[in-house]
Amino acid sequence: MAVLTANSRARRGRRRATRVPPVVLAFVLVPLLAEGFWVFWPALQGFYLSLTKWDGVSPPQFVGLANYREMLHDSVFHTAALDTVLWLALFGGLSVVLGLGAALLLQQERRGVGFYRAALFLPVVFSLTATALVWQAMYQPDGLIDRTLSGLGLGHLAHPWLADQNTALYAVIVPALWRQIGYVMVLYLAGLKGIDPALYEAAKVDGATRWQQFRHITVPQLSSVNAVVLSVIVIDSLRSFDVVWALTRGGPYHSSELLSTYMYSTAFQSLRLGYGSALAVVIFLLAFGVIATYLVRAFREAD
Amino acid sequence: MTATEHRAPAAPSRAAQAPAAARRAPRVTHRMWGTAAFHTSAGLLSLVWLVPIAVVLVTACRSFDDIAANGLGTLPHSFTLGGFRQAWVDGGQQQALINSLVVTIPAVLLSLLLASMAAFALSRYDVPFRRALLLLMLSGNLLPPQILLIPVSKLSEQLGLYDSLYALIGVQIGFGVGFYVFVLHGFMRAIPPEIQQAAVIDGAGPWQIYSRIILPLAKPALAALTSLSFTWIFNDLLWAITVLRSDSRMPITASLLGLQGQYVSQWNVIAAGSVIAAAPTVIVFLRFQRHFVAGLNLGAVK
Repeated sequence: MAVLTANSRARRGRRRATRVPPVVLAFVLVPLLAEGFWVFWPALQGFYLSLTKWDGVSPPQFVGLANYREMLHDSVFHTAALDTVLWLALFGGLSVVLGLGAALLLQQERRGVGFYRAALFLPVVFSLTATALVWQAMYQPDGLIDRTLSGLGLGHLAHPWLADQNTALYAVIVPALWRQIGYVMVLYLAGLKGIDPALYEAAKVDGATRWQQFRHITVPQLSSVNAVVLSVIVIDSLRSFDVVWALTRGGPYHSSELLSTYMYSTAFQSLRLGYGSALAVVIFLLAFGVIATYLVRAFREAD
Repeated sequence: MTATEHRAPAAPSRAAQAPAAARRAPRVTHRMWGTAAFHTSAGLLSLVWLVPIAVVLVTACRSFDDIAANGLGTLPHSFTLGGFRQAWVDGGQQQALINSLVVTIPAVLLSLLLASMAAFALSRYDVPFRRALLLLMLSGNLLPPQILLIPVSKLSEQLGLYDSLYALIGVQIGFGVGFYVFVLHGFMRAIPPEIQQAAVIDGAGPWQIYSRIILPLAKPALAALTSLSFTWIFNDLLWAITVLRSDSRMPITASLLGLQGQYVSQWNVIAAGSVIAAAPTVIVFLRFQRHFVAGLNLGAVK
């Protein structure tokens, strides 16, 4: 409320100041040029390069949509696209569910809750590379996971988790989740704090059960946080690279390949820069819907 | 906070209807069970989260012979800091950490300087196309970096900056600045205009208003963004391996991958390297915990 009034006053104040001093324009233009130089100009080049065949040495050769046609018959691309969708669903879905669960569990201020929150949040500050190495140690045949399994009499489940084509992708998702859940939890904790407690009081007076309160108060009240979390997660999922690269390089036999890792190895290891650019455009198109909705929401926010 | 405090005053009014003593006993046991259940579940959850960290800390302090003889997933039979020495000196982590800081500190300071200037102009003046400019800048940060990797690596080659830390600083600033502008804009526009008007009457120019008034008032948002961007830039791997080639110039994340290849199955060295790589951001987090969490929530568009 206070913010709202400040805004309307600010707007009136601005309208009076009509002339914008040149130095103020420079304040905007310098950062804009920096971003234009390192982001917008390269992005335009990226779209153009996706229509070329290029080895990085001789000049790029325009080939139209040939790169995109090639994708239709590229089985590695199919695997990578499927894994990316699976990654979105599993990594995204589980981090929302578990992050919200952790937030609900730890929302009350009570003794010890600060410690539990910090424990869940700590991995968020690790780099994905360090996270990957931590979990690589856990996954070793003589590591803690297999040791614990055999200690529990489940030795037959012990497994070369990262080396098996059937488990590699899931074994990479676990560390990514371990690092993401604390982040999602923090966003939901802020959202839960913003719900008016009078709503729960009223529901209790009406005899609502805990589930009904969750279903009809918590969930609808969290809708704006949900929108944020969803966009953050989709953008993060499509960017996911480090943890896969550090753990499996997309292998074995492309079984944990994501579009992002396939793009990187195509471009910088196979030096097929045109095809790599086309793969990057596909990633962009997948992210586009989310980016657009995020921007529309931001547009409404920016008065 | 909210739930407990607001539930408490409701309790006596309901209890007053029935004989108080008869009701109190079951409620107390009920609450005890609730507390026990809470600490059990939250404790187990935290344990699952902390075990991998504990394993790495323990492994980093073991000797190679101990790990080779007893396996990774056992209690330690040795204590040595040799793994840290190997990672730090022979594994090149010392140079890598210096590289990381040489990139991260200027990149954080410059991007926040540029972003605060743009946010100041866009939030306090009627710059033409303000809203469009703001969203254009934000949209650059939302792009998947993959679309930029090839052109950025070629661009830095053309500039003669390939394999230099300047290229990495440049791209970190260019890619991050849009987001910081957006967040700071949201913060600065809530500052009441009267403060600025008073300064204008006293004859202050835009630069003075920016540096003497708005910037100090935006300190909470700047603190939050500083801790956040420090972590992001310090933890980056993708941009580093895109614009750098020499091992001697790689930041700590990329050097950790080098360590992984160089010391295959010497888990004490790899674990020690991971601890070194994670330490700076953990320190920033523990020191600026409140700013850090505030930063994450600032970034969330409501």
